Amino acid sequence: MASISKTIKKNKQSVAPLLEGSGMIEYAPAPESKSSAKINAKYDLFINGKFEKPLSKKYFDTINPATEEKISTVAEANAADVDRAVKAARNAYNKVWSKMPAKERAKYIYRIARMIQERARELAIIETMDGGKPIRESRDIDVPIAANHFFYYAGWADKLQYAYPNKKIESLGVAGQIIPWNFPLLMAAWKIAPALATGNTVVLKPAETTPLTALKLAEIIQESDLPPGVVNIITGAGATGAAIVNHPDINKIAFTGSTDVGKIIQRAVAGTNKKITLELGGKAANIIFDDAPLDQAVEGVINGIFFNQGHVCCAGSRLFVQESVYKIVLQKLKDRLATLIVGDPLDKNTDIGAINSKQQMDNIHKYLKIGEKEGAEMYQTQCILPKKGFFMPPTLFTNVAQSSRIAQEEIFGPVLTIQTFRTDDEVIEKANNTPYGLSAGVWTDKGSKIFNLTTKMRAGVVWANTYNKFDPTSPFGGYKESGFGREGGLHGLSAYLNV
Amino acid sequence: MIDTNMSLQIPDFTLSPRVDQVGVEERAKRFATRSIKTSSKVYLLKLALNMIDLTTLEGKDSEGKVKQLCYKAQHLHDNYPGLPTVAAVCVYPSMVRIAKKALGNSGIKVAAVATAFPSGQAPKDVKIKDTKYAVSEGADEIDMVISRGKFLEGDYNFVFDEIAEIKEACGTARLKVILETGELVTYDKVRRASDIAMYAGADFIKTSTGKIQPAATMPVTLVMLEAIRDFYYKTGKKIAMKPAGGISKAKLAVHYLVMLQETLGQGWMNNEWFRFGASSLANDVLMQLEKERTGIYQSGNYFSID
Repeated sequence: MASISKTIKKNKQSVAPLLEGSGMIEYAPAPESKSSAKINAKYDLFINGKFEKPLSKKYFDTINPATEEKISTVAEANAADVDRAVKAARNAYNKVWSKMPAKERAKYIYRIARMIQERARELAIIETMDGGKPIRESRDIDVPIAANHFFYYAGWADKLQYAYPNKKIESLGVAGQIIPWNFPLLMAAWKIAPALATGNTVVLKPAETTPLTALKLAEIIQESDLPPGVVNIITGAGATGAAIVNHPDINKIAFTGSTDVGKIIQRAVAGTNKKITLELGGKAANIIFDDAPLDQAVEGVINGIFFNQGHVCCAGSRLFVQESVYKIVLQKLKDRLATLIVGDPLDKNTDIGAINSKQQMDNIHKYLKIGEKEGAEMYQTQCILPKKGFFMPPTLFTNVAQSSRIAQEEIFGPVLTIQTFRTDDEVIEKANNTPYGLSAGVWTDKGSKIFNLTTKMRAGVVWANTYNKFDPTSPFGGYKESGFGREGGLHGLSAYLNV
Repeated sequence: MIDTNMSLQIPDFTLSPRVDQVGVEERAKRFATRSIKTSSKVYLLKLALNMIDLTTLEGKDSEGKVKQLCYKAQHLHDNYPGLPTVAAVCVYPSMVRIAKKALGNSGIKVAAVATAFPSGQAPKDVKIKDTKYAVSEGADEIDMVISRGKFLEGDYNFVFDEIAEIKEACGTARLKVILETGELVTYDKVRRASDIAMYAGADFIKTSTGKIQPAATMPVTLVMLEAIRDFYYKTGKKIAMKPAGGISKAKLAVHYLVMLQETLGQGWMNNEWFRFGASSLANDVLMQLEKERTGIYQSGNYFSID
């Protein structure tokens, strides 16, 4: 074989990157039509099966973050409105829902699931318009998984006794649910489906920047003939949420959102009889070992941090690369970054859409400044951003230390910090060295290494050789300041039951 | 920039990078979701035509058949002005002289399959003779098959040496090395065979003979493109790629080009660095081009079937 090696000349020069910094042929815009999405000019509160004008008499605008144009106006619920919604939910719980045979409950949940599927296209378009996420994601991920959650929990409704053999189980009553702006419809499904399947009634508040798909879901629920009051959907901002949390006749609070707000909620609920589950922030480690399938690992890193513009609590925002493959992984990352298309979220070719709000955009920029001040090296692709709307290029930070703020605090944007490591023990220690513990990713070809890491990682979800995979049958939730309680799967039932 | 200051000894091929099946298939699927509109589409369709190795590899090939194919190669669809020609015509060694003459100075290359195509089950000296014969008849390119049996036995040295010796026999002709991925089965093996071929001197790596199913697929091609990328970053040397077999629709060809562009970049987007091994792809591409030009689909009867 040695005699053949002369066929390849020794080459000591640097090689130009293949894609980094180079232009691509353009795919031409392929926008999804807005015409199939019916959005009202004004939305009231969905209480007791009807859309009711708010007692507060106040409304607020919701805008499209990609164009900064107003899409609709929605009601702002005050404490009196929350009280109305809770009363409706209590009434429905006492008179109808808790008495209904479980298999009848299941039929309603199935019906909602099917109706979500039937109107998938419309829901996907509205989700993208209201929140800024690419249509590819809302179409292929958010909406189908939302429907799947309803299907999955519909199946459990009349089989709860099998989930808890020889135990006495009972529903809790009225659940107050507060959901975030990053997966508006999907989070509504995660919250509503298990609550209904276990026989509870619901007061749900979507985030103030993304209320529309939840209101569309309210329309679906209305059409599904679900008994009035079983699901109430009210809109508003922090004050509305506080009124739900502090309402004395609510039995359970389920919250997904920031760790700061989660702490406030837990303080408010302390000393009451309310059950609580919190799904909060994260700063997940995504770990690439030198024996990993590198090209797929790079793809997983991209998917881990740039999915939904990085507005994902389980985003793989801290990348750890074993030193021996650091250079090539970084080059592959930069090459892959060059192919990401940032722009109109309604365009089917868009990979990274709009940042959800001006406020979030400012917050991310604050962290970019902090990162540069800390001496980290920032790398951004030279993509052309739309003139209007909240957009930013995907960003990498190298030369980052554990003690850097950008590696410690949740940025919640398309920003990846990259660190290197040498040994398994070192990376386990570094990965766990965070107040969060929601998720983690491990990339290696070696099975034993996967098991070693997954058992030592203090994180609710650990993905091996993949990232950001969600399924209704699989529980999701955090350790430490990422919250407690599990959603999804069998575990998701106990959050809504007294066992 | 990647420094290539590592000494370029032949690596241990058992250490070739591993491929995650689920991941690579997921990535390959993503390329197919790119929505390509009008102007880019016409550009890509013409590019695809220009990348075709128009192929006839049958026991029943005759002089007449090959001549007709060569005419088609130069006149894909004369109703459509300004169309490119295909890249090459691919035939058995015995037909090289005829094809060469029929193609004249059209610039279209003649590729010959050699080395006991498609099985490769012949002694090495026979394969070398086969190759030398094809080259002496005027072949511009040689499509060889690797010894899959030896590869699966783990005799990588044998496979490597054979490729290197065929490369020597090729002289100035460019060598395409067919891995026959359908017989290698796993992506890990495809990756390993790609590395062996490139280090042994392949100018092209090619998926399939077209005689075994499955032939080219998008994930398999992606694995090979990624191998080419890694080889480039290690050595600074470009290797060309040829998926062959099973690509008969224009839409699929466009997906391949999207994959090529997003994996290796613009530098590979021409027929020196990428080919489609196909016989029926050309007509579907022509049909789509006519549709873009006239707004209507024409029946297959309007496209010659040579």
